[in-house]
Amino acid sequence: MTPAGTETGGRASDLLRSSSQMRRRQRRGLIARFALLAALMVAVAALVTLIVTILNSSFGLVAVENARSPSELVTSRGYAEDTALGDLSKEDLVALLEAEISTNLGRRFEREQRFFDNRLVFEDPYVLNDLCMTDEPPPACYLPARSHSDVEALVVERVVEPTIVGTWSFFSSTFSREEIEAHAAEKYPGAELEHRSWLSWDFVISPQSPEPAIAGIRTALLGSLWVVLITLIFSFPIGVGAAIYLEEYARENRLTAILQTNINNLAGVPSIIYGMLGLAIFVRTLEVITSGSFLGTGGEATANGRTIVSAGLTLGLLILPIIIINAQEAIRAVPGSLRQAGMALGSTRWQTVRSHVLPNALPGILTGTILAVARALGETAPLVVVGASTFITTDPSGPFSKFTVLPIQIYQWTSRPQDEFRNIAAAAILVLLVLLLTLNTAAVILRNKYSRRTA
Amino acid sequence: MTTVGKPGVNERKSVDLSVPGRTTTEAATYTVAMEAVDLNAFYGKFRAVRDVNLSFRDRQITALIGPSGCGKSTLLRTLNRMNDLVPGARAEGEVRFHGQNIFEASVDPVELRRRVGMVFQKPNPFPKTIYQNVAWGARINGMRQNLDELVEYSLRQAALWDEVKDKLDESGYSLSGGQQQRLCIARAIAVKPEIILMDEPTSALDPVATLRIEELIQELKVNYTIIIVTHNMQQAARASDHTVFLNMDSDRAGYVVEAGTTGTLFTKPARQETEDYITGRFG
Repeated sequence: MTPAGTETGGRASDLLRSSSQMRRRQRRGLIARFALLAALMVAVAALVTLIVTILNSSFGLVAVENARSPSELVTSRGYAEDTALGDLSKEDLVALLEAEISTNLGRRFEREQRFFDNRLVFEDPYVLNDLCMTDEPPPACYLPARSHSDVEALVVERVVEPTIVGTWSFFSSTFSREEIEAHAAEKYPGAELEHRSWLSWDFVISPQSPEPAIAGIRTALLGSLWVVLITLIFSFPIGVGAAIYLEEYARENRLTAILQTNINNLAGVPSIIYGMLGLAIFVRTLEVITSGSFLGTGGEATANGRTIVSAGLTLGLLILPIIIINAQEAIRAVPGSLRQAGMALGSTRWQTVRSHVLPNALPGILTGTILAVARALGETAPLVVVGASTFITTDPSGPFSKFTVLPIQIYQWTSRPQDEFRNIAAAAILVLLVLLLTLNTAAVILRNKYSRRTA
Repeated sequence: MTTVGKPGVNERKSVDLSVPGRTTTEAATYTVAMEAVDLNAFYGKFRAVRDVNLSFRDRQITALIGPSGCGKSTLLRTLNRMNDLVPGARAEGEVRFHGQNIFEASVDPVELRRRVGMVFQKPNPFPKTIYQNVAWGARINGMRQNLDELVEYSLRQAALWDEVKDKLDESGYSLSGGQQQRLCIARAIAVKPEIILMDEPTSALDPVATLRIEELIQELKVNYTIIIVTHNMQQAARASDHTVFLNMDSDRAGYVVEAGTTGTLFTKPARQETEDYITGRFG
């Protein structure tokens, strides 16, 4: 402000100067603003902590102790000490196996799959020939020979036999590498330190195993997909049907109001209650159906009613109210003018609903359903009650097989005493999170596409 | 609206007001398309329309005018039972259509609505192509005929064909407001109704589009009976053959004050209430 301006501008600045009352109002506003910001920060911090913790456990250093050191093995075949096992020829790798494993084990491997197309290493050609003539010939009779990488994997698994003796989190691996090295050298003198990503493609496609280094989530992942499929088949048609009836046909009376209130309340019932319901109805009462014994599938009889069907139906009940509420909202969002236009042309209620209401509500219905399915995918408690298997290494073969799902698998791994299981649990959580994020992103994309179209 | 609309009124007055004079004579025989007898319409306990006795002449344009909330729209929507769709709405009395009371149990409201079509206040085309907008009604009514021909005929009747014939596969929403409303009229025509009810069909349109619709209504009169609700007295004066003036009583129930040929009602109203309304003293 210039001195010349002060005199003439004096009154104007007086006019606009904040009074004490105004300053108080401003101060309150500022406090409120910071309180809201703090709330946001807490929420963000919680989320970041969660993600960081999971990532921290999913990657990091491990100390691996080998029964036989690879360098020793490669030198025994006349290679330089620093040659990697993978650089050895297939013949050398098979020769290593021949030298290191028992003939019986070798025969077993060779019956599963031959090492070479033109010769046999462990097995007697006549024996294998005879075996191939039987009704159930071993796979070696028709499979091509093992590839180089297959043989290498066998050498690692059976000769080198690496075992993880110590693991470190990502942060300590990154920031205190020297300490870890010193500690490991002292405690595990024979072990080698290496970086390991617990989350890998192998982890996704390997079956469950009691050995954390080779355990994977294929069984649980397939179980989850099966269960969600059953859930969807059950709850989508029923949920959408109920929503259409409530929105388009039901009269506005007391009964409808009670129904509506109950559906809204059901959406908030703790999921374990649904688990108990599922146990009572699907596992126990309807065992004949849910165990598949009515179809005569006796092979899986040990599962009783604790099958994928029971789990899917239980989760279906759980997300049914969510689907109904979401579908109702989507149907309600279709402008009434469309219904009137349809009816005024002499269409029946159903013709109008089918041709105009449903097509316009469909993106909303699908969005809601995807979010509901995401919820089902993450549910643990009801499936514990319904009886998901805690340890199962065979892939589910159909709706009537025993099963486990990702959250149960994660839960089971986190409760194991060994450190390694916590690492693979973290990796499994990452997979689950990616699945859920994909579903939610699909829902958001669908919603945005839809809102752009109508705008 | 008034400043833009006024010159239009003056221009067209001489043409339009002659129409009722030409077509209606006291002694002439005429057919009645639809007749309301002691009609009362309710929303729950609230009576929205009281003791209406009216006859709507075949292939003529009847305008319903009156202040906001006097039950014009309710009356209109009672005539093809669209009001059935409003929860709590019901009607007493009779509406006779081909000699039959449309409230009888034997009457299928779906068939009634096919024969008594409706055009709404706001253009509401389906979010489908122009072609499908017109063809849908015929299709769901099971009409077995060449749909292409029907679509062209309906669009021509609605004076929209030349504007859309090259873009029948585009969305109905790609049209302007006035075009959309004509599309809605074409859609109504496509199911071959006898009567078309129009609920303030031009209130969402600009003056040019409004004029276009009014001209169209005049052309449609040859084939269809038209009953039109309008807020706009000039529109009633220039575009209708008969006018019904409704007002509401102290209970907010609408009743018919006066009905007659448009020329008479606007130039020599029989009731003081009517004169007050048309001269703009209230409403």
